[in-house]
Amino acid sequence: MKAFAEKKVLLSNVGAIDPERIEDYLDRGGYEGLRAALKRSPAEVVGEIKESRLRGRGGAGFPTGLKWELVLKSRAKTRYVVCNADEGEPGTFKDRVLMEGDPHRLIEGMTICGYAVGAKRGFIYVRGEYALSIRRLERAISQARQRGLLGRKILGSDFSFDLEVRAGAGAYVCGEETALLESLEGKRGWPRIRPPFPVDYGFRGKPTVVNNVETLANVPEIMCRGAAWYRTLGTGDSPGTKLYPLSGALNRPRLVEAEMGVPLRTLIYDFGGGLPGGRELKGVLVGGAAGAFLAPEELDVPMDFKSLWEIGAGLGSGAVLVFDETACVIDVLWSVLSFFAHEACGQCTPCRVGTVILLSLLEKVQNGSGDPAVLEKMLKVTHLMKVASLCPLGQSVRLPVETALEKFRREFESHLKEGPCPQCKATTEVHA
Amino acid sequence: MREGRILLARRVNRQEIVRKFPRREDQLLPLLHALQRANPQNYLTPDDLRAAAEHLRLPLAAVYDAVTFYSMFSLFPRGRHIIRVCRSPTCHLLGAIPLIEALERELGIRIGETTPDGFFTLEAVSCLGLCDRAPALMIDGESFGPLAPKDVRELLTQYREVKR
Repeated sequence: MKAFAEKKVLLSNVGAIDPERIEDYLDRGGYEGLRAALKRSPAEVVGEIKESRLRGRGGAGFPTGLKWELVLKSRAKTRYVVCNADEGEPGTFKDRVLMEGDPHRLIEGMTICGYAVGAKRGFIYVRGEYALSIRRLERAISQARQRGLLGRKILGSDFSFDLEVRAGAGAYVCGEETALLESLEGKRGWPRIRPPFPVDYGFRGKPTVVNNVETLANVPEIMCRGAAWYRTLGTGDSPGTKLYPLSGALNRPRLVEAEMGVPLRTLIYDFGGGLPGGRELKGVLVGGAAGAFLAPEELDVPMDFKSLWEIGAGLGSGAVLVFDETACVIDVLWSVLSFFAHEACGQCTPCRVGTVILLSLLEKVQNGSGDPAVLEKMLKVTHLMKVASLCPLGQSVRLPVETALEKFRREFESHLKEGPCPQCKATTEVHA
Repeated sequence: MREGRILLARRVNRQEIVRKFPRREDQLLPLLHALQRANPQNYLTPDDLRAAAEHLRLPLAAVYDAVTFYSMFSLFPRGRHIIRVCRSPTCHLLGAIPLIEALERELGIRIGETTPDGFFTLEAVSCLGLCDRAPALMIDGESFGPLAPKDVRELLTQYREVKR
């Protein structure tokens, strides 16, 4: 089996440069990707990204080059580039580390994207809580303008492009791309019905590329080193490196970067330092709250889009949340469901009502007042939410619920039989 | 009398803020952020909403609609400093509940309330993206974590001293 070490491509500057000085970024080859791009035609730049087989890092894994091509080929004159920096998925802090530690990489990636698809303006929609990210990005943008790397006729070319940072105001659903666009337009963040997709009908109805921070941060490297180099990293289906935010019961919770396909076990025991106090691992929540629970038998799964999909999970944000033998799965699921119940935007009934019903059913399990039919009822609700919810927020709630029930069924049943465990008690007492 | 002067000062200040923004509806969130930041009580007054609506040529209802959707905007007075404590699954797993209890005890208020001296408001947040430092909280734009319940008293005392 291939031995995996940490591999710093996107994180190569983080911690090594002063993120408030553009000189540091330039000294390490910064904006060379933009220079390389401007020497080629927009179609060639799109072609390079397509050949790299870069896939979106926001969770869905859509081919980035294809998305860009759809906007490039559009007939509309006005087009936009929007960076989704509304990172709110529990267990996820990768985009924050990138924006705080190396803001110019994102700006460079967005500018290349703007050139490739024919956009003149771009927006970085950062969640409002990320105050430091917002400050660093704004500073970096003004430095880039002063150096002619943003604004009119960039680096003496005919290409003009400018960027603006927009702060969100506290709504998880705005991480869904069409809700984000609504919010950017000054409205409440209610997801739109798709199709049409943002590549056809985006910001103010114009064709728009919406890409995650991590996705765009890959772009300068691909332009510098080429698609062939990029494809030597990771797996055939999911090339490149991936940022994996490690949290929970670990000795070294932190952000690590490794090639796609790194086994979950390596992330936990090598990069995360294993569990504290020699405790036993009970399970892992992979991909965020909208992710899947994995059992200890599944730790050898390669962490890429295809391998996780094949075992009924998903890569999501790449988040790895570890819990040990002392944790209660029902209590962890309670926390996941209260997150969704709070963050459901209220637009569609299946999600608005479904999340609350799920939470009340689970609380019956927690306080020992449920009957065995409760678990089947939960699965009925998640199925309904899967088929009838308007956006991925509601559709994906089934994943944590179904995987928790499938893999930790006995723990649910023992709660039903024997009443609440001490952790569930502590939680329900506080929230009574 | 003093009250009247403060109100007048805020009205002038409000117009100055509003005028900096282009009259496009996509400016609504940035404008609301700016108005709320300018209010030492960290909230949006009915006059703020009216000023935003007028300037951007939006119905007042549209402004109200947006404001009530986002958790960072408030229609009621809050403290000068906002404590946002994270209750995400990661923080929950690593002790968010005891941390919240310690904060409530130390401040003498519950989640959503403001201390009688108007210094702190305590809010719970779905996830702060500080999972590598869980359990975590933010005070205004500053991050703290990992925090044990016993760290709370010192943190709050120090913060009060620095910001007073």
